[in-house]
Formats: sequence, C-alpha cells, structure tokens
Amino acid sequence: MISLARMNRILEVDLPNARVVVEPGVINLDVTGRVQPHGYFYAPDPSSQSVCSIGGNVAENSGGAHCLKYGFTTTHVLGLEVVMPDGSLIHLGGKTLDTPGYDLAGVFVGSEGTLGIATKVVLRIVKRPECIRTLLAAFPSTNEAGAAVSDIIAAGMLPAAIEMMDNLAIQAAEAAVQANYPDCGGLLLVELDGPVAEVEFLMEHVGALCRKNGAWEIRVAQADAERALVWKGRKAAFAAMGRISPNYIVQDGVIPRTALPQVMSEIARLSQETGLRVANVFHAGDGNLHPLVLYNRKIPGQEQAAESLSYRILELCIAAGGSITGEHGVGEEKKMMMSKMFSEPDLDTMQLVRCAFDPLQLSNPTKVFPTPRLCGEKPGEYVPHPLESAGIAERF
Amino acid sequence: MITASVIEEKLRSIVGVGHFYAATPSDRLSRVQPKLVAEPANEQEVAAVLSCANEAGLAVIPRGGGTKLAWGNPPKRADLVVSTARLNRVLEHAWADLTVTVEAGCTLQTLQEKLAEHGQRLALDGLWPKRATIGGLLSTNDSGVLRLRFGALRDLIIGVTLALANGTLASSGGKVVKNVAGYDLPKLATGALGTLGVITRVVFRLHPLPHSVRTLSFSAANAEGAQRQVLAIQDSKLAHTALQVRGESAGQILADILFEATEAGLAAQESQLRTLLRESAVQKSEKGVWSAREDLWQAAFENAAIAKLSVLPSTIAKTLRLIEEIANARKVQFQYVVQATGLGALRLDGEMSSLKAVVERVRNELESGGGSLVVLNRPSGLEALDAWGSAGHAIALMRSLKQQFDPKATLNPGRFVGGI
Repeated sequence: MISLARMNRILEVDLPNARVVVEPGVINLDVTGRVQPHGYFYAPDPSSQSVCSIGGNVAENSGGAHCLKYGFTTTHVLGLEVVMPDGSLIHLGGKTLDTPGYDLAGVFVGSEGTLGIATKVVLRIVKRPECIRTLLAAFPSTNEAGAAVSDIIAAGMLPAAIEMMDNLAIQAAEAAVQANYPDCGGLLLVELDGPVAEVEFLMEHVGALCRKNGAWEIRVAQADAERALVWKGRKAAFAAMGRISPNYIVQDGVIPRTALPQVMSEIARLSQETGLRVANVFHAGDGNLHPLVLYNRKIPGQEQAAESLSYRILELCIAAGGSITGEHGVGEEKKMMMSKMFSEPDLDTMQLVRCAFDPLQLSNPTKVFPTPRLCGEKPGEYVPHPLESAGIAERF
Repeated sequence: MITASVIEEKLRSIVGVGHFYAATPSDRLSRVQPKLVAEPANEQEVAAVLSCANEAGLAVIPRGGGTKLAWGNPPKRADLVVSTARLNRVLEHAWADLTVTVEAGCTLQTLQEKLAEHGQRLALDGLWPKRATIGGLLSTNDSGVLRLRFGALRDLIIGVTLALANGTLASSGGKVVKNVAGYDLPKLATGALGTLGVITRVVFRLHPLPHSVRTLSFSAANAEGAQRQVLAIQDSKLAHTALQVRGESAGQILADILFEATEAGLAAQESQLRTLLRESAVQKSEKGVWSAREDLWQAAFENAAIAKLSVLPSTIAKTLRLIEEIANARKVQFQYVVQATGLGALRLDGEMSSLKAVVERVRNELESGGGSLVVLNRPSGLEALDAWGSAGHAIALMRSLKQQFDPKATLNPGRFVGGI
C-alpha cells in the first residue's frame, strides 16, 4: 500500500487562468480555502470535503451536492502527472485545453487507482457567483418532492443543487445536529446561484412550483450563516445515522430522476419485508441515491441481512436504468455487480484500457473488475496471475 | 486465399445491395482515394462490417457528414469508407431526466430540433450543424463558443457505444448523469478521430434552452487591451455564457459577449458590463458574430491553412502579437477568433511555403508555453504538413491503447497523433 498523505502541498495558484496545481494529499476543502479570498472556489464538494483528499477525489471521480450544475472531479481536472505501474513518470493532459491525442486524463479520473498513481493534479477553479440562495421546502412525502423537482427541470431551470431527504433521515439529522427541519415526509433543498436579479426571479418561481406540488412550508436562506444552517442537517445526514441506529450501511446508486417514486416505494416494501429501516438521502438533481440501511450488528444475522438488502437496492437501480455507483466507486465491494450493469464485451473492452496502462496488473489489481484477466488472455477458464503461481500473492 | 470479390460479396451481404458500392472521387480525403463505400443500417451491421474488413486487412475510414475528413493527417491507406448515414435516429429523449440517446449518424441540427420540442438543447455549437453528425463531432472533439460555460463534449457525454475493429460492440457509461462505474470510455472516444472504434450511439446530458439571450460587442485598442478586458470579465461576477475576441491582419480587434438569462438578469448584467468596461463603447452586436469561427471556412478556404489553437487565457495577447509578427514577416494574411477559454481558430492565407513556415513557427512557440496548434485545413499540396504537433511523452501510452483496441490498425491508420 502506498500512502500519498505526505504529498500535501499546494504547488501553484494561477488566478488569471483559474488553475491550481496540487499534490494528491491536499484536502479538498483546503483548495477552496486557498482561493476563497480572491472570490474563487473548487467546485466538487463531497460532504466529506473537510477530510477527503484530491488524490482520492481523482480516483473516484467524486461528486458532491453541486455537481448538477458544476460537474464532477473530471470536469475540473485538466492535467495530471502520473507514476505508471512500471515506475515511469508521464503527463496526461496539461494546463491548456484539448492537448492533442487521447483524453488520457479523462480516462484516469475515476479509475480507482487501477491505472497508476497521480502525483500532481492540475485543477480548474471557478469564480464564486454574485449571489447564492437556498430554499427549503417540506412535502407530505418524497413523491410530491420528486414531482416538484420534475416541474423545476421542465420549467427550464438548472439549480446549483437539489437535495432530498426522507423522514427517517430528517429525524436522524435532528437528533445529531438539531437542524430544525420541518418534520415532513419529504424535504427538498434547492440552491440557486448567479446574478442577484436572476436568482431572485427564479427563486420565486421555485417557491411557486413547490407550493403547487403540496409543499406546506417554505423557507429561503440568504446570508452565508443562514445557508450553512440549512445545509448542516443534510451534510451531517450520514454521520447522524449513528444517533438512531448502532450500525448502518451507506449505499450509493443512481437512478433516472423520473424513476424515484417507484424505486422509493420498492425500497419501502423491501424495508418492511426485511424488518430493517432504510433512510434515504437523494441528490435529486442527478438521481444519485444514498439509501442508508440501518441495523444492529449484535443481532445475529442482521449484518448479512443489511448487506443483502443494500445489494437488492442496487439491483433496483440497475433495473430502473441507472448505475451501481454515482460517486463512491466500485472498489472491491461492488465488482460483482459490474457484471449486472455491463455485458462481458463491455467489461472486456474496459479491460483493454487497463492492459495498456498496467499490463502486469500491479495497480489495485483486485478492484473494479469482477474476474481479473491477464492481458492478452481470451475469456474462459480461470488462469492464475503469475504472482499467484509464484506464491507471492494470494487471491481472496 | 480470400479474394477481393469474396470480401466484397460478404460486405454486400451484410449491408444489402443498394448500400455497398464503389467509391468515387467525391469520397476522397486528403487526396487519398478509398475503393469502396458501405452504409450499414444499424449498430450490428457496423460491427459486422468492421469485423469483416478487419479480418481481410482492409483500412477503414468511418464517415458521418464528411465535413471533417480533411482533419488529422492523410490516412496511410484507405480501402473502405463506412458511412453512418443510416444510423440517424434520436432513440430516446428522456427530457425529465435531461438526457438523450442518439445514433451517431444523426446531424447536430436534427438532434437540436428534436430537443427543442421540450425546451432543451445539447449545449454545444459545432461547425456545420446541418451536415455534421454526432459521431463526427465527438470524434473530432469540436467545440464552439458555448464551451466557456457548459464545457466540452467530454463533459456533456454520459454514455457511448463503440464498434471495435474486431466487431465487438461495447457500451460504457449509461443513461444517468452521475455514474462512476468502470472506466470512462466516453472520454476516450471523444477526440479519438475514430481510431479506437466507430461510435454508433451516444447518450448526452442536456441543458435547458435559455429564457432570453443578449449579445453585446466592444472593441479593444490592441491585443493587450483585449486580454485585459477578457481577464477582467472572467474575474468578475458576470455569469456570461460566451466571450470571444476576433480580428485580422491590420484590422480592429473586437470582442463579443453572450448572456443567457431572464430579462431581469440580462438588464442587470449589461449594466454591470458597461461599468466594468468603462473605457470601451459597448453596443448591440451585428448578426452572426457567433458564427465567426465557421466563417473562417468561407472564401476559397482550399488554399488557406486553418488551425485550432490552445493557449492559456493570460497569454492571449502574447499569442496574437506572435502571430502578427511571424505572419507579417512572411507576408501571410491572418484572421482569428479566440475564446476566453484560450481555444481559438486561426486562418492563414498566403504562398504555400510561407504558410508552412508560419504554421511551424507559431506551433513551436505555442508548444514551448504548454499550448498546441492543430491544423484542420491544409491547402492542396501541403498534405505533408503534420496536423497535430507534439503529443508529449504520453505518446507511448497512446500507442499502447491503440494497440489494444485496434491491433491491426484498421481504423483511420495514420490520421492521428504520432502516426497512430
């Protein structure tokens, strides 16, 4: 295992070109911290941004609440210095756009450490908009909240963020940070940013659409402190689960937004069937669902049941035309699900990329793909990796 | 031994008699004449045609609208043109999810018209939208003025289906905007000039059409003034959609800015702009300023060199001065359109050997600053002028990728960087 934690310097800040060069161990929020005095920020903002590193963000192509409008890590990585699995050093992409050749930087981001190790990252930073407003709306259930989101999209608006929480998630947030959210079936957070006149006009419209869909309480936060309070509950949602359950599993799946009502009712049905509670936090703008399966490890069999339920939820996501992961990555845990989402030819083709970067499969060999194959080998009977045959490595 | 007629018979049986024929001079690209043309009806036929051609050792040229066949270097060999003309449908517009699935042979204009029915668009203004297809747009990574706000095609594509040389049909990505499962093959296919596989189907994320738009123009005293204005606007709180600078030999430098917003938002931003640029006269623009890049291809472009530039925004002035100095020294006329992103288009007119000299010198200078110059149009006779310039030392990795995806170099051999 190679840790990049000591490579944690911000190497270069180039404001006129809105670019920052960092080492992979730099903490996500620290990039914003560095450029904030000049009115800039680093857009991808996973809820863990105060502790997660840029290198990790690159490996997972991390998102965050604002990716509906601002995009993901890959949108903000212009170039990389990479140490290849064979030890050589190369540069992918660069500071200027569209460097001739294949978009290797684009393929590297999100590859979960299977193609090499990034040692320098060229990031794009964005100017803070003139004004940011966050609206909070309480609905009888997540169905009405979802309908409001559809209306917002149909009206031609593209908010900076749209987040949804169900009642169980709200209760947990209340217990943890006293978020003071309305006690409702479905809570919506809608954030708009841009020029003041624009945001004020559109916020009125969002409020009207929420009311039209049955919102019984609406609050609009303007000042930074007010907005931080509104977000506090949402950002603490995962950790807050600890208040209402001894253990929990965070799942990460994606569905087309329009499939939300049917997926939510299926999750409710599965929850009843298994007797395990599921709290839901949803990036409503892009369909990224985080079902939080609550259980008690001390009860025999419950952990297995919880895991099994979380996988069944993923299968729902695939059946609805979505994905097995929106931002947390495949890793080892979900590699078997890759075969449910992609066909063998699809996986074989992705494997070609791995063979080009890492023919000896030294870099995170057990991640992402279900059954690792040697490069140049045709699919078929399992053949052990040379390191296995030599007794150096074991496959678990 | 497989004879030519056996291969031809096989290809004809895949696509049907009416869709397989001998090529004519109109099928030439960069003065290379292919022999045959096939028009498959769907993805499966594309894959079958490629598999057959690959096995027979034919060199394949994928073609959409044929608008950018001259881009890249001339192919080392060209036997079979595989046209995507019949893969032209919009398969699904999931407007409530802001996504669309479209076949690669659909033209950009057809797609936009369909999306507009629900007030949406693909936020990309490519060249020649009536003829250019989605597949070609992607393969060349074309981008226009909207890039500043909405990003490049790599940021708009969420899924792709590729037909590989060996006949495999592989899909990656999906139908949802947020998806990190597996490798990002859509990124790899974007800008790859068809050298890794033929794009057959694409899923895009969409944006709403704007409520209202306003274009304003202003002039700059000189290159330094233009850069100062551009950087000041970029550093401001304005939420503009596009910003470009354009000019020509011994001509005035003009700049254009596009706002898309509600009426209230437009009024506020125009007012802010006027305050910011107090030293320049801001006025409503003439029609057509946003087609300035496409306009470079008018007027006898066959004898011109047209190139794509990429520089850092803070070096726009230096770049324009450089072009002026080098071009004037060789009596070459120039015209340019440069976006605030640092991407630009440059047209050069002059005597052939002078054009070559200017291109090479400007390219050297730009590359030493981390930028690039890619030739998109060469005058007849200058086919040997390398389109791409340097790909850096990642070229070995790129060759490795090509070797994995297309080991027999069936697809567009020789057209890409580094002879790929």
